[in-house]
Amino acid sequence: MALITLFLLSVVVFVMAQLLPGDVGRNVLGPFASQDQVDRLNDTLGVNRPLVVQYWDWISHFLRGDLGTSLQYQVPVSDLLGPALANSLKLAAVAFVLVVPLSILGGTIAGLKRGGITDRVITVGGLSLTAVPEFVTAIVLILIFGVTLGWLPVTATAPEGASIPTQLEYLLLPSFALVAVLFGYIARITRSSVMESVDADYTRTAYLKGLSQRQVVGRHVLRNSLLPTIAVVATQVGYLIGGLLVIEKLFNYNGIGQRIYTAAVNKDFLLLESGVMIVGVIYLVATFIADVLYSVFNPRIRVQGSE
Amino acid sequence: MSAMTEAAAGIQPRERDIARRETLRQLAKSKTLIVGVLIVGFWVVCALFGSTIAPDDPLELSDAVLAAPSSAHWFGTDQLGRDVFSRVIVGASETLKIAPLATMVGIIFGTIIGLITGYSRGLVDESISRIIDAFLALPLIVLAVTALVGLGSSNATLIVVIGVAFTPVVARTVRATVLGERELDYVDAAKLRGERSPYIMFVEILPNITGPIIVEATVRLGYAIFAVAGLTFLGFGVQPPSPDWSLQIADNYQLLSSGTYWWTVLFAALAVSSLVVGVNLIADGLQQVLDR
Amino acid sequence: MTEIATEVGAAALELDALDVVYRVRGRDRQVLRGLTLSVKRGEAYGLVGESGCGKSTAALALVQYLPRNGFVRSGAIRIDGRDVLSLSGSELRRHRAKAVSMVYQNPGAALNPSIRIGNQVAEVFKVLGVSGSDATDRARAALEKVQIADPGSVMRRYPHQLSGGMQQRVIIAMALATDPALLILDEPTTGLDATVEAEVLDLVAGLQAELNTSVLFISHNLGIIQKMCDRVGVLYAGRLVEEGDTESLLSDPRHPYTVGLLRCVPRAGVRKDHGRLDTIPGFMPNVGDQLPGCVFAGRCTLAEDRCHTEEPDAHVVGAGHLSRCHFHDRAQTLPREFSADLVLPNVDRSVPPLLRFDDLGKVFAQGGHDVHALVGVSAKIWIGETLGLVGESGSGKTTLARTLLGIIPSTSGAVVLDGRELAGTLGKRSSDDLRSLQIVFQNPDSALNRRHQVRRILRRSLKKLSGLTGNAAEARLHELMQAVRLSERYVSARPGQLSGGLKQRLAIARAFAGDPKLVVCDEPTSALDVSVQAAILNLLVELQAEKRVSYLFISHDLGVVRYVSDRIAVLYLGRLMELGPSETIYDGPHHPYTEALLSALPTIDGEPRERIRLEGDIPSAANPPGGCVFHTRCPRRLGAICDDVEPPLIEVEENHLMRCHIPLEELRTLQRGHETPESAGSAT
Repeated sequence: MALITLFLLSVVVFVMAQLLPGDVGRNVLGPFASQDQVDRLNDTLGVNRPLVVQYWDWISHFLRGDLGTSLQYQVPVSDLLGPALANSLKLAAVAFVLVVPLSILGGTIAGLKRGGITDRVITVGGLSLTAVPEFVTAIVLILIFGVTLGWLPVTATAPEGASIPTQLEYLLLPSFALVAVLFGYIARITRSSVMESVDADYTRTAYLKGLSQRQVVGRHVLRNSLLPTIAVVATQVGYLIGGLLVIEKLFNYNGIGQRIYTAAVNKDFLLLESGVMIVGVIYLVATFIADVLYSVFNPRIRVQGSE
Repeated sequence: MSAMTEAAAGIQPRERDIARRETLRQLAKSKTLIVGVLIVGFWVVCALFGSTIAPDDPLELSDAVLAAPSSAHWFGTDQLGRDVFSRVIVGASETLKIAPLATMVGIIFGTIIGLITGYSRGLVDESISRIIDAFLALPLIVLAVTALVGLGSSNATLIVVIGVAFTPVVARTVRATVLGERELDYVDAAKLRGERSPYIMFVEILPNITGPIIVEATVRLGYAIFAVAGLTFLGFGVQPPSPDWSLQIADNYQLLSSGTYWWTVLFAALAVSSLVVGVNLIADGLQQVLDR
Repeated sequence: MTEIATEVGAAALELDALDVVYRVRGRDRQVLRGLTLSVKRGEAYGLVGESGCGKSTAALALVQYLPRNGFVRSGAIRIDGRDVLSLSGSELRRHRAKAVSMVYQNPGAALNPSIRIGNQVAEVFKVLGVSGSDATDRARAALEKVQIADPGSVMRRYPHQLSGGMQQRVIIAMALATDPALLILDEPTTGLDATVEAEVLDLVAGLQAELNTSVLFISHNLGIIQKMCDRVGVLYAGRLVEEGDTESLLSDPRHPYTVGLLRCVPRAGVRKDHGRLDTIPGFMPNVGDQLPGCVFAGRCTLAEDRCHTEEPDAHVVGAGHLSRCHFHDRAQTLPREFSADLVLPNVDRSVPPLLRFDDLGKVFAQGGHDVHALVGVSAKIWIGETLGLVGESGSGKTTLARTLLGIIPSTSGAVVLDGRELAGTLGKRSSDDLRSLQIVFQNPDSALNRRHQVRRILRRSLKKLSGLTGNAAEARLHELMQAVRLSERYVSARPGQLSGGLKQRLAIARAFAGDPKLVVCDEPTSALDVSVQAAILNLLVELQAEKRVSYLFISHDLGVVRYVSDRIAVLYLGRLMELGPSETIYDGPHHPYTEALLSALPTIDGEPRERIRLEGDIPSAANPPGGCVFHTRCPRRLGAICDDVEPPLIEVEENHLMRCHIPLEELRTLQRGHETPESAGSAT
């Protein structure tokens, strides 16, 4: 099933790349090149062949790890995307490590204190943070922590050869902006899941056994309410990468988002195609992992599988 | 049944009538909703009548470049000497044209596809759902950037691209609702009197899922503004010299690191934040009242 | 146990003038109105009432678990002599752990889905400070006590791996584990199959006798109350209107509501041709309505002016028998539903039947398995007759109905209407076929489009089924509404504005829009209260008398089926086990499965039948037993032949078909001795 989605994804990406204005050779060589030169380049690139052939050519090479050559930089695409991907994953990892515990904690507290002041603050506050575009949040954060207070560096790229703590320090501001966007959403889902669990009959059973609220929450409520949030966290990987595009541009950070951005601006379609495809694959892998985790932790699925 | 029974059977002022009035009253009482409506309403008024409210022409250049806020220029001026206050006042007009229309496109197509996939199940559902999954694997902004590079940026392409990008998301939400709805017996009852599928989908089922669709529409509207802002910031959205907020931020944020000139960015940032928060407050308020 | 000495001989439960209100939109709505009752030690007290009367609220108030907006406004609750309302947080926890337990509806939801059974049961002991391994041992013992054969394996399982009956046993085990002073059972068997329900009730009754537990048993079912309780209180609109010993209250009711309630239930031996059922007119007051007089006055045919203004005292009408009625001495003179002259159609079975299923089979593919939902079902329905269809969950009742209607196609066999074989799917059936076969669903909330008005619902059906539009349709619409006693004022109402009974009338009107030949009634009254049920059954019978329509009447309630049916078919795991005239099915000799079903039926008619215990759960239709499908649970299993050979469905006497290896005469002998259980026991 995941393979079919993967195949369809590659078709979607390929078709979208074809939206780029038709004459690739002209684009690359510029308006002053002769038609002959343009034609020759087009032949070399193979962009005059039937679409199906081009698609097959691209995807078969892609699967073998050969991502082609960037039109703009004239270097293998993999050389460009590899390090960029590593950079992006670093940034994403910092953001994730911060946001997941924070938002689940916030959502749980809000769910348990439903209707109270704490709940309203977390819900409305989270909602507002989520709603505001990440570049706006980032700029406000830069103004406060970078410019006014001077606590954190305003760029994301640490100097060459910096130690890991220093690298982390540089990543903090951009990841804060991503955290802000993700927090509200994850917290909100966690909250409703906790509320559902609080209202469930089994929670009543637990209270009527004479358990204290802490015991009921710890043993009965959380166990059932945290499971669905796994899937939600995974779907947020998609938004996270989308956010990277903007954040990396803002902080001038050399990640995959920045690569996709420049590829788009320069109409470097092979780079764009591969970059977008990798983003899609990461998302699908994340949801796949979430599915696996979900079934590992959910006795309904787990036990049936082992029987 | 006796006359007595008949008379007694009549007295039933019933719950749903009360409930419906109650829904309206609760909507009117929801603080989140009211605050949201006030904020969004304010910006809509500004967008419509901004040119008369604004003290200066938002596009007019002047020699007072990068002037700090003063009584002449409440929010200061930008790099080209334009009055920031006037630009903030009218800065929502493009977004408020694009975002609702894009949302409408997404809601209409998404609802149709969601109804068809949810209702028909089987192969149709299976294949369309896979395609939707494939689309959902790509973040909205990546999808939109790629498409806009190809199509070129204009209000129309923005509307279409964002609308199309929303379609799979809306379709999935609608499909999930339809899956629950189609299990209800009134669907079988309709089949039993010989209704065709389009009738069942659009006349029987659709009216019952308007609540979730309205909520989805407001949520999408928030995302649409978010997306327009992000795309504009990247240079693929609203184009200069429009006084759009995100464009103002994009043009001036590089001045920030110097520590001065904060006014060129901050007011636009606050304005766009208030608008998206307003829309999301409306969505939240509606959800709390309608989703029960 | 605790330091606070409990009064010696204090009642297990005392409620004193308990007022409970829900605060809805800033207004207090009273749910319980001065509820006063007491449950003595070792006594089983039944609290009976229809939906919305406040009985579940009472239970939740007792354990201090009211919804957020609900609270006790005044009055007192004493459990085991202790004032519950004044308990502090830790006292309340200790009280819940030790003194009071509760079992409620829907056991599947009451167990935590992600914790193994063993740990959930052990937790009850751990709360009391018992160490881990001790708690596990005691959990095992508790499960043995509720007759779970293999507690070790059950303890390792998760709730979803147990059947509903087993889940409820686990909950009962947890509830009784700490030997509570009071056990509250709130509709503990609602939603369970009849045979499973009977088992659970037997278990509770046995344990109660053994442990001498005090029980508050809440139910809407008078039959269950009679079976389980020593005393009973009748709750109406939050007020206890009558209370007394179960025996005297049921045989000599002294409140018009109790009288009406008892008359609504279809009694043994009463069939549609004997007369109509009594009903209670009107509706229960809404929660929070101001009721200065008697709470029942608005629906009482005996009510006089003072009933509306003056609240009746609790009159003592016998030993321990109280009635809150000004005219308790006249309660039983409550006028009966007058018997209209109904001329039920004479069913002529010499002509070809209206409808026939021939060897109908349905196989679902489910997770790679074939599930045989229907296996070779053949039956006939003649014009103007009602064929009752009974069976427990998984028996294929609903599949049969849906296949017959064409909602799902059959896998094999045919449905023959008026001698013509019908197409398998709706799309291929002619409009004439469509109008001939209609259905009344169980749940009108699901069956009626909540966004459409009454007029629209009926007009559309009239157009599609009768081809009527314009004035003709409007005229017919009013006729239809009149026929189902749905007042004209509701013509622009949406279903949500109607009460449950009115909704079901609307659904019936819709089914009759095209003058159908046969209407499938799929549990049409099981979502309704008994008083409303009676009115709906009356309506269906009237319509049959008037229009000579045939019914396929599906129900799990054998009392209801007996009242409306001419003949009855019994399904088990998709197979027809028995088919015959309803008297024959009820009076016997019957198939052992039918016998078990009948004996499981809680009834308020005199002495209950001897209970035939069924062992184990209903097998899954995905993996039915070989031989006779019933042999795994059959109390009269002969031996190897039952395990290996599926008995054929044969006509054992005129018009009476049965699928059993035991010869009819032997069954007759076996089943004759209802009053001498020993003989029946030794014969098996």
